[in-house]
Amino acid sequence: MNGVHDMGGMDGFGKVEVEPNEPVFHAEWEARTMALVRAMGAAGAFNIDTSRFYRETLPPDVYLSSSYYKKWLLGLEDLLVDKGYLAREEVDAGQAMMPAKPLKRGKFTTGDVARIMVRGKFGRPAPAPAKFKAGDPVRAKNMHPLTHTRLPRYVRGHVGVIECDHGCHVFPDSSATDAGENPQWLYTVVFEGRELWGADTDPSVKVSIDAFEPYLEPV
Amino acid sequence: MQVRVRALESILTEKGYVEPAALDAIIEAYETKIGPHNGARVVAKAWTDPAFRQALLADGTKAVSTLGHVSKVGDHLVVVENTPRRHNMVVCTLCSCYPWEMLGLPPVWYKAAPYRSRAVKDPRGVLRDFGITLPQDTEIRVWDSTAETRFLVLPMRPAGTQGWSEAQLATLVTRDSMIGTGFPKTPGAPS
Repeated sequence: MNGVHDMGGMDGFGKVEVEPNEPVFHAEWEARTMALVRAMGAAGAFNIDTSRFYRETLPPDVYLSSSYYKKWLLGLEDLLVDKGYLAREEVDAGQAMMPAKPLKRGKFTTGDVARIMVRGKFGRPAPAPAKFKAGDPVRAKNMHPLTHTRLPRYVRGHVGVIECDHGCHVFPDSSATDAGENPQWLYTVVFEGRELWGADTDPSVKVSIDAFEPYLEPV
Repeated sequence: MQVRVRALESILTEKGYVEPAALDAIIEAYETKIGPHNGARVVAKAWTDPAFRQALLADGTKAVSTLGHVSKVGDHLVVVENTPRRHNMVVCTLCSCYPWEMLGLPPVWYKAAPYRSRAVKDPRGVLRDFGITLPQDTEIRVWDSTAETRFLVLPMRPAGTQGWSEAQLATLVTRDSMIGTGFPKTPGAPS
């Protein structure tokens, strides 16, 4: 979806502000929120693509004015309600009122912690040969799906070059809407800064994205 | 927020979805075990061991898995090397993708709009915000982390470190130097 989360190339957000000696968390609730999202995801309530999609679908003003972990919390609440693990009345009342819905991988306990400290695997066997190879020029499609996609707006319609492939990966556009993993070839595609931002752009800049095959067309 | 999150946690606990002690353990790991020191060890090893450097650039996940003392990393770790001719910089314009296992949780600026919006359009301007100016003819390559690949920058080894041990070198490697928004510390400079 063309949401405010797709920020590449937007102007007006100002300088990057670095906080010296930044703590890992700024408040206890941030830490608890991070842990709850990781735990509920690992227990099988949702996958990573769905959780990203729920943050992206927060209203634009909420997205832009909420801190990072507040977005995580709001996304988590909405997601758990929509998937039936939690009722809105329970959130409002602050206590459990409905029976629990069984989790795909069961309750998240201390025995599960070690396994989530290593990122999940996203590589999958190839369902078909790759359409592109290193060196091929490709155009990022001019596409505007209303659901989750990992093709940023700033490259759409522009021509880049395939630098390498990473094999086949779970396709977030499908996975986010629970439409299955639908594995697709994943490529690093490099764009000249001038191709993306115009003739006045610094010629020393190149930008790459990792693009799934359905995002690309031959030139 | 504190009250709201506490309430959510107690509901999810009551419903039997999570165990609070497991949440404590996740938080403890990110606060104490997983941080830029992991990435720093990998970089220092690459600076002292040419075969490891080559293996790291060829397959980051595989190379790091040979180091017993560094936490395990997931698949698809891509290590990109800075040279006098090319400077690499990593961003996630769509959310906050970051090599957690190598660098810990990302800092606020990495997840915030100013960096995410400008890194792909005006990387030199962003680097100026970090106090960095690169020669005009240095190529700047920005890696937008749009999939489950994760990028770690291998910065250039600082001059004046001949004969330094891996452990000594690791103390020079900063988090920002592995994102591409900074350089390693210079020997003898105040930290």
